[in-house]
Amino acid sequence: MTTLALAPAVGRVPRRSRPVREWLAGTLFVVPATMLLLAIILAPLLCLLILSLTDYEIGAMQIRWLGLGNFEKALSDPVFRRAMGNTLLYVALVLPGGVILGLLVALLVHGRTRSRAFYEVAYFLPVTATLIAMAAVWQFLLHPKLGPVNGLLKAAGFPEMAFISEPSLLIPTLAVIGLWNLIGFNMILFLAGLTAIPRDLYDAAEIDGAGGPIDRFLTVTWPQLAPTTMFVAVTTSITAFKVFDTVAVLTRGRDGSEVLLYAIYLEGFQYFKIGYSAALTVIFLAFMLAFSVFQAFQLDRRVHY
Amino acid sequence: MKAARFPLPTGRLLRFAGAHAVLLVGAAFMLLPFIWMLLTAIRAPDEILTGGLNPIPRSFHAVENFSAALQQAPLLRFMVNGVIICGGILIIQLIVAIPAAYALAKLRFPGRGLLFAAVIGGLCIPIQVPALPIYLALAEFGLLDSYFAMMVPFFLSVFAIFLFRQTFRGFPDEILQAARVDGLGEFEILWRIVVPSALPAIAAFSIFSIVAHWNDLYWPMIVIQRMDYAPPPLGMLFFANSETGASYGVLMAGATIITAPLVLVFLLARRRFVQGITMTGIK
Repeated sequence: MTTLALAPAVGRVPRRSRPVREWLAGTLFVVPATMLLLAIILAPLLCLLILSLTDYEIGAMQIRWLGLGNFEKALSDPVFRRAMGNTLLYVALVLPGGVILGLLVALLVHGRTRSRAFYEVAYFLPVTATLIAMAAVWQFLLHPKLGPVNGLLKAAGFPEMAFISEPSLLIPTLAVIGLWNLIGFNMILFLAGLTAIPRDLYDAAEIDGAGGPIDRFLTVTWPQLAPTTMFVAVTTSITAFKVFDTVAVLTRGRDGSEVLLYAIYLEGFQYFKIGYSAALTVIFLAFMLAFSVFQAFQLDRRVHY
Repeated sequence: MKAARFPLPTGRLLRFAGAHAVLLVGAAFMLLPFIWMLLTAIRAPDEILTGGLNPIPRSFHAVENFSAALQQAPLLRFMVNGVIICGGILIIQLIVAIPAAYALAKLRFPGRGLLFAAVIGGLCIPIQVPALPIYLALAEFGLLDSYFAMMVPFFLSVFAIFLFRQTFRGFPDEILQAARVDGLGEFEILWRIVVPSALPAIAAFSIFSIVAHWNDLYWPMIVIQRMDYAPPPLGMLFFANSETGASYGVLMAGATIITAPLVLVFLLARRRFVQGITMTGIK
């Protein structure tokens, strides 16, 4: 602040004053980001909204204005309704599983000392592994004749299960693979939350008579962990809602495994029904916003160090 | 440490054993796919087709499987593509996001509030949303099937701007003032003083960015038709589709090759990965 105050009084003002300098630097610094923001987020978003109201198809001679026609069509389209239902079912399976198992593993790993590194690696490995490659491995694991999972089932006297061809088993199978991919990630987030709980809270709880592990969990850990749990729940919902990779490898959206993103992909980039696909994307965006408004709110409170 | 916390040694022992039992069962579930992938990758075809549960391969068939995998698909080419794409995306993300984040954190200029609001809004928009219009624009300009097409939607990371802004805000203003008095311009202050102090956040973001784009399938699947440009996940998809049940050993060898780089990097830099996740918290 000294330069600002003294410079004019002393009479040598070769430098620009602070606000102008800041103004210039600030504007220059955000030019690339602002231009990209316009080009790859805002302008496409506007186009998407407009396209969703038309019947545009690649190669079509003319474009007609449909108003909300695409959305009405979606609501009565059995394929879209199945895709929506399957996606929500997938979220309903992965969300509680991902949160509860992630928390359970974190609680158990948190108490380990010498074996902690091993468990961290074991549980986190699926997060780093390329899901497409591992989906191919799962396909083999679950193969009705050649895979070890059915091998074990048969050895134990159960009938053979067609995990990736029986329509009613597809979403549960994909959900198990989704959980396998996700638990380690949630574990790490919960571990960070557990580490942040002050030790003296446990001591205080003990003085108040909450000495057993379950008492300590209910009186200290669970309430202290509430923000982390909310955050994990939101990220898990978003990840689950975006299920696509495993579908692309294992079933290619076959009967019983239609999901929202795969429907958008097929309509837009395989059948080139741009207008209809844009409308489905708008529906997808509405769900993302519902989840994410919440997440951005949480992030703002979380990231400060 | 009060003895009362562990009233009975046997109770403690039971808890210890119970925790390990649960964790080991879970760990087996997590690791089974990796183990079976490796075991199958070194097995002979006839042994795979009998579908036995025997974990130890009777004959060692690794050389045949791995060389067949490398011959059937340009797996190494996919990796090189992955490195080019992830590297290009990351460098531009950093060059674009760091100055913008610094301006949002430390400089006053017109439109700052609006830009920050747009950044927050952008956090809620995954690639699948602007995908259609960007695809149409790329097709219009004949840019499909190129590295550029795969990278361009990710040049701006609003998440990087958000994360770095939070980091830069904590930087002491006195140091910035002192540097200004010494005659340093904002550009020098940013790159020579502020950025070095924010290296942990930059490293965390870099890990997040590389993992996300190395593993991304959706966007490459849309803009890439020619195998020459395919990143590892898309390459794996081509490879898996061209395979039939008879050569699962080759497929597993291919999956091993595709999975290896990130898994190795993770094993070598586990602490950084964990830090990155806890700092960014986004997948």
